[in-house]
Amino acid sequence: MKKCIISLISVFLGLVAGAFLMWASGHNPVEGFVYLVQGGTKSISRIGDTIATAGPLILTGLSVAFAFRTGLFNIGASGQMLFGGFCATAVGLTFDMPRPLLLLSMIIVGAIGGGIIAFIPGLLKAMFNVHEVVSTIMMNWISYWVVYYTIPAYFKGTMETESAKLPATATLKSASFSKMFDGSYINLGILISIISVLVIWFILDKTTFGYELKAVGFSRFAAEYAGISVNKSIISSMVISGALAGLAGVIHYTGNASSIQIGVLPSQGMDGIAVALLGATTPIGVLFAALFFALLHAGRGFMGAMTEIPPEIADTIIATIIYFAATSVLIERIIDNAKRRKSAKLEMKEEK
Amino acid sequence: MEYVIEMLNIRKEFPGIIANDNVTLCLEKGEVHALLGENGAGKSTLVGMLFGMYRPDGGVIKVQGKAVKISNPNVANELGIGMVHQHFKLVHNFTTTENIILGIEPKIGFSVDTKNAAIRVGELSRQYGLDIDPYAKIEDISVGMQQRVEILKMLYRNANILIFDEPTAVLTPYEIEELLKIIRNLTNEGKSIIIITHKLKEIKAVAKHCTIIRRGKYIGTVNVDTTTEAEMATMMVGREVTFKVEKTPAVPKDIVLNVKDLNVMNNKKVLGLKNFNLEVRSGEIVGIAGVEGNGQSELVEAITGLRKIESGVIFLKGDNITKIPIRERIKKGIAHIPEDRHKRGLVLDYSLEDNMVLEIYNQPPFAKNGLLKKNKIREYSNKILKEFDVRSGEGGKSMARSLSGGNQQKAIIGREIELNPDLLIAVQPTRGLDVGSIENIHKRIIAHRDSGKAVLLISLELDEILNVSDRIAVINHGNLIGIVEASETDENEIGLMMAGINKDGGSDI
Repeated sequence: MKKCIISLISVFLGLVAGAFLMWASGHNPVEGFVYLVQGGTKSISRIGDTIATAGPLILTGLSVAFAFRTGLFNIGASGQMLFGGFCATAVGLTFDMPRPLLLLSMIIVGAIGGGIIAFIPGLLKAMFNVHEVVSTIMMNWISYWVVYYTIPAYFKGTMETESAKLPATATLKSASFSKMFDGSYINLGILISIISVLVIWFILDKTTFGYELKAVGFSRFAAEYAGISVNKSIISSMVISGALAGLAGVIHYTGNASSIQIGVLPSQGMDGIAVALLGATTPIGVLFAALFFALLHAGRGFMGAMTEIPPEIADTIIATIIYFAATSVLIERIIDNAKRRKSAKLEMKEEK
Repeated sequence: MEYVIEMLNIRKEFPGIIANDNVTLCLEKGEVHALLGENGAGKSTLVGMLFGMYRPDGGVIKVQGKAVKISNPNVANELGIGMVHQHFKLVHNFTTTENIILGIEPKIGFSVDTKNAAIRVGELSRQYGLDIDPYAKIEDISVGMQQRVEILKMLYRNANILIFDEPTAVLTPYEIEELLKIIRNLTNEGKSIIIITHKLKEIKAVAKHCTIIRRGKYIGTVNVDTTTEAEMATMMVGREVTFKVEKTPAVPKDIVLNVKDLNVMNNKKVLGLKNFNLEVRSGEIVGIAGVEGNGQSELVEAITGLRKIESGVIFLKGDNITKIPIRERIKKGIAHIPEDRHKRGLVLDYSLEDNMVLEIYNQPPFAKNGLLKKNKIREYSNKILKEFDVRSGEGGKSMARSLSGGNQQKAIIGREIELNPDLLIAVQPTRGLDVGSIENIHKRIIAHRDSGKAVLLISLELDEILNVSDRIAVINHGNLIGIVEASETDENEIGLMMAGINKDGGSDI
């Protein structure tokens, strides 16, 4: 409840900062915001696109949030996502199977791919206490270069820097789904995101497994004392977190897109950290935070096209929101102070 | 009489709990005023308001006769009020002087003038008999010395009113005596002191007045000289308290724990426990007496599986458990009340409910097919919290972190005894508890013995060892000095053994 309010205040403060910037650069903030929102909601197809954009963000946000909840800082969602997407693409380009079976294998292999990239930092942390911030970032570059080498060597498409296009049957695109949203590029990926949100919420809140992982996250010494295997928990957390990022890669590269470009780490990986923070590291919060960020991303271009306002304003709003979400302690304290003052005032009135 | 501090009709509420209800405390100049109360009675809250950590919801605070608003600790500092916290706030790789001047560094140009500061620290140290080396690093000095640094920190800031929050909880018996001496020196120099404690002996030793609160309510202020310890204890707890632990002679039966030739490394990578042998039988309490850091932690951690051993064997009920994991040991019947409740005993950011099933969350009836049964967990935890009188703002839903130290301890003890273990390892079980709770916990431990279980008690309080144990094993530098019957020994003999001197007069250091 309190966390929800803090996130909303962060959003509000971010928007205020954006409004100020628009005003300061000589534009009309109201107009700016109208286009910003319209860009992502004006038509059914735009709404569909916004939701599709949110898909990978939900999963990377979930990946980071899950790691946070279990005491780990997975800063390598980008690399896990890229590698997961790459594995799924490789399966899609290599095998010829009935569509449901093919898609299912791609999803599973993609999750495993992300999980493997995260397994190594998990193992290093468990065995040698290597901090995961360092090792996950390094893994980003390992998956970056593996993909950089492998795509042109084995899956080359029409361009040097791109993989071959996946055949339509090997993607998550669904004609009927797309029709429902008036030709939007929305695809089956969003279902994977939503199911993942539910599964992660269930694991964290309802299962003994989640109890163990959270206990290790909060206090590894108390967990050890209770007989919980700390090393196993750390590795499991990292693998699950990586698998979620891997799924983000699956729906990004084989749903929203249908090929992989080399030489780019997906920005959703880092955005996942922001989504997780704004979502107060809860699965449901992540879902809404990702939708909101997707709205800003979608509206950014529209605002740029319709007004003179530089699209960087949208980025600034996002950055400001992240800043306030990350410093939520500050907002919490302000709320507490306000409450105290209010109750003091009430008492004074009563005394009078 | 002129008062330096008057706290009149103070009221303070927290969500779900009234911490202070119409409490009054008046401190005379140059006296030691004890503040006595059970765990969670609201003592820390009361002095917290004096030190500017909380603001009172009602009542008046006067300093030197003038009503004041103490909105934060800086205001308290300006008013000459200083506080020695229970957990010290020192920078470990700084010297004592650097810690003392932190925040008010004297400067020459742009550099800090540590030299003159050190001289002043030396002078103050001599004046009050603190015996502090101004250039020693905090990490190299004992806990007792660190506390003195905290005291000097306040003296350096010219504090005239000193608040001590349970200052003796972390000290060894010798250090306690030294501290009491220092406190007397301070009052002789005109300082006024408020001391929070629930050790009646210490109140008797230094305090002039004692204010007692119970469950947030003001009970009274008494003259310490004319009041007995028993009277004060009764006022604090609300019923009569027996100081003697009542128990029947032990009826030891089968060997439950058998430790053979155990060698264990300590954190400094040298042998902390050397060729240690010990037997604990069902139906008896074996106490381990020794000065802190003589191998007690190593012994406990080796038995519970938290620490690797070098050599030796540990048997539980005849089974070799030397190599099995922690969880298996718990399942086989070992429960452990840990030394450090914050580090090991609780997941501080879990609710009390979740903490009460810390070792058994995955067993029926609390879990089925990997799913937690929250209702069963709640029932179980409510039962423990009620039985062990754990007080918290929101019952089982409270975060473990939000409880006072004593209530956290009671919750841990309740959880471990409720496991009904064949071997209960209790390390400092009553640390930081008040006399009422101590009595209760001792009864519980003895009841556990009487139900035919084995208890291994590790404590730094000699009284506790002597009163509760049936047999006492004395440990020194990781060696077992000897085992004596509790009924046939006394403080002097144990004291000598703790120093490494054998019964026969031989020393093995």
